[in-house]
Amino acid sequence: MAKKPQIAPHYAQIVKDNEPKRPLAANCLKAFAVGGGLCVLSQALREIFLFRGMSANEATAVYLVILIGLTALVTGLGFYDKWAQWAGAGLGVPITGFANSMTSAAMEHRSEGFVLGVGCNAFKLAGAVIVFGSVSAFFFALIKWMLGVL
Amino acid sequence: MEILMAFVKAFAVGGLICVIGQILIDVFKLTPAHTLCSLVVAGALLSAFNIYPILVDFAGAGATTPISSFGNSLLTGACEGARENGFWGLFSGLYKSASSGIAAAVVFAFAAAVFFRPKG
Amino acid sequence: MLKGRQTWWFENAPSLLCGACAGAEMESKGPLAGSFDYLYYDMRAGRESFEKAEQSIMEKAVEIALQKAHLQKEDIDVFIAGDLLNQITSSNFTARGLGCAYLGIFGACSTAVEGLALAALLISHGYGQRAATATVSHNATAERQFRYPNEYGVQKPSAAQFTATAAGAAIVAAAGEGQTKITCATIGKVVDFGVSDPYNMGAAMAPAAVDTVITHLQERGVASDYYDVIATGDLGKVGQGCALELFNRAGVAIKRSSFLDCGGLLYGGEQPVFSGGSGCGCLAAVAYGHFLNLMQKGQIKRLLLVGTGALLSPLTYQQKESIPGIAHAVALECR
Repeated sequence: MAKKPQIAPHYAQIVKDNEPKRPLAANCLKAFAVGGGLCVLSQALREIFLFRGMSANEATAVYLVILIGLTALVTGLGFYDKWAQWAGAGLGVPITGFANSMTSAAMEHRSEGFVLGVGCNAFKLAGAVIVFGSVSAFFFALIKWMLGVL
Repeated sequence: MEILMAFVKAFAVGGLICVIGQILIDVFKLTPAHTLCSLVVAGALLSAFNIYPILVDFAGAGATTPISSFGNSLLTGACEGARENGFWGLFSGLYKSASSGIAAAVVFAFAAAVFFRPKG
Repeated sequence: MLKGRQTWWFENAPSLLCGACAGAEMESKGPLAGSFDYLYYDMRAGRESFEKAEQSIMEKAVEIALQKAHLQKEDIDVFIAGDLLNQITSSNFTARGLGCAYLGIFGACSTAVEGLALAALLISHGYGQRAATATVSHNATAERQFRYPNEYGVQKPSAAQFTATAAGAAIVAAAGEGQTKITCATIGKVVDFGVSDPYNMGAAMAPAAVDTVITHLQERGVASDYYDVIATGDLGKVGQGCALELFNRAGVAIKRSSFLDCGGLLYGGEQPVFSGGSGCGCLAAVAYGHFLNLMQKGQIKRLLLVGTGALLSPLTYQQKESIPGIAHAVALECR
């Protein structure tokens, strides 16, 4: 069995010379501005709900649901992927990115039917986040419980 | 004034977490899925050392909007469950505080699939 | 007749009788819009899914090619086609409607040239009077199969490429008909320099393109300036740069102005296509539209088409395999 070829050093250099550099500073600035902006929007919603007498936990849950709903709408209308090409992690990292990954997968597989398409594929991308979040949180909590430092 | 500071803190902390994500993608060449998983696990880890709740107190929505807060809510839920019901509480509590987000994502994603088609 | 190890020399050089191409909205905004025979302004081409649209686009290209040649479906002895979808379904379903002998082929984005070479081989040896060959790609079906759902927000780097929504079809006929002859073809070998970044397929395919072109020139015994144009399929800006550097290091002189890339020609500089167009409809549409027009007008006399393919699947990439490349070349010349 042939081993997987490793990239030859001389060719790695040629590729590097011809590949445009990723504009790291510009990308980070955009991610900072857009991601920060989204958080300000959340904060505004949070202040409103707190002002109306909700507890902090309740308010958080409600504005996350609102953001997720808005994301589903914007994704459905076909804007989210265009905006994310510009904003990068600014739209990928907030909870809206999670909602977009579920919505886009569900919409994409609508053509294979609701059960086999939407149902089976909705978690295609978001599943990774849930699995890793759940498993890591479970074991961290388990360790804390065993150490008695809950 | 205090409310203005709250917005500035939310902007700065939320923006910085997104910048970390961008660096994971551009510098460490992670896929979006790997990036989000890393942030969620990091959130759970920070939560385990009681750091994330401090961040939430400081930055409000700036800490709860990024996906890392998902790890924080999962861990908070599991710990609360374990405090109340011991070992089995780890299971019953895990999704307690994260459930609204997951439920909303499932319901709205399904609704979007009913009403919209991908534009391509 | 085999020349060297990889070059097929066609003694009775068959003709590329005519070609046709169909595209979609992005292609309609590009500089080659005028060379398309049919443009769809709906990514679904009026069908229920992107996959069905892809099939419709290929059917349209084949239909127009037959019309241009004044032929009926029954006049086609063999249909050779391929596309990028799993099990090359767009081609299979197009062949279902043609009712003739059918060979489905896969060479990723090199398929168009692979099909043309095979069609020429069969016709030149008398296994039929006329063959049709076609390829198609669709941006939305490729995104969904090879990358992410279409509406998923992911930031692509500038080395990435944009899969063309386009199809090209050609009719190959026995010597005696037509102005453009197919003189020879060089079948490429799989070349892997170990590139594993799926967002930089141009760099993965460039070594294969260079290997095939050098082999072709050696085995045919001509210099690169024998051809007015050497057109690669979809190396993009990045891959083209890599290829030129590899030619340079191999000591093969290639004139920059005659080394063109179909993926670079198809779209304008202001269009959001990153490094350039790609997909197996890209070369087919540009070759059977734009280049064939230029040959018929006499502006190009000798053209070397080099189809380049990245032979990966999402699975091989996830299993950390590198991306092997392949390139096939076909020489088209005015009679």
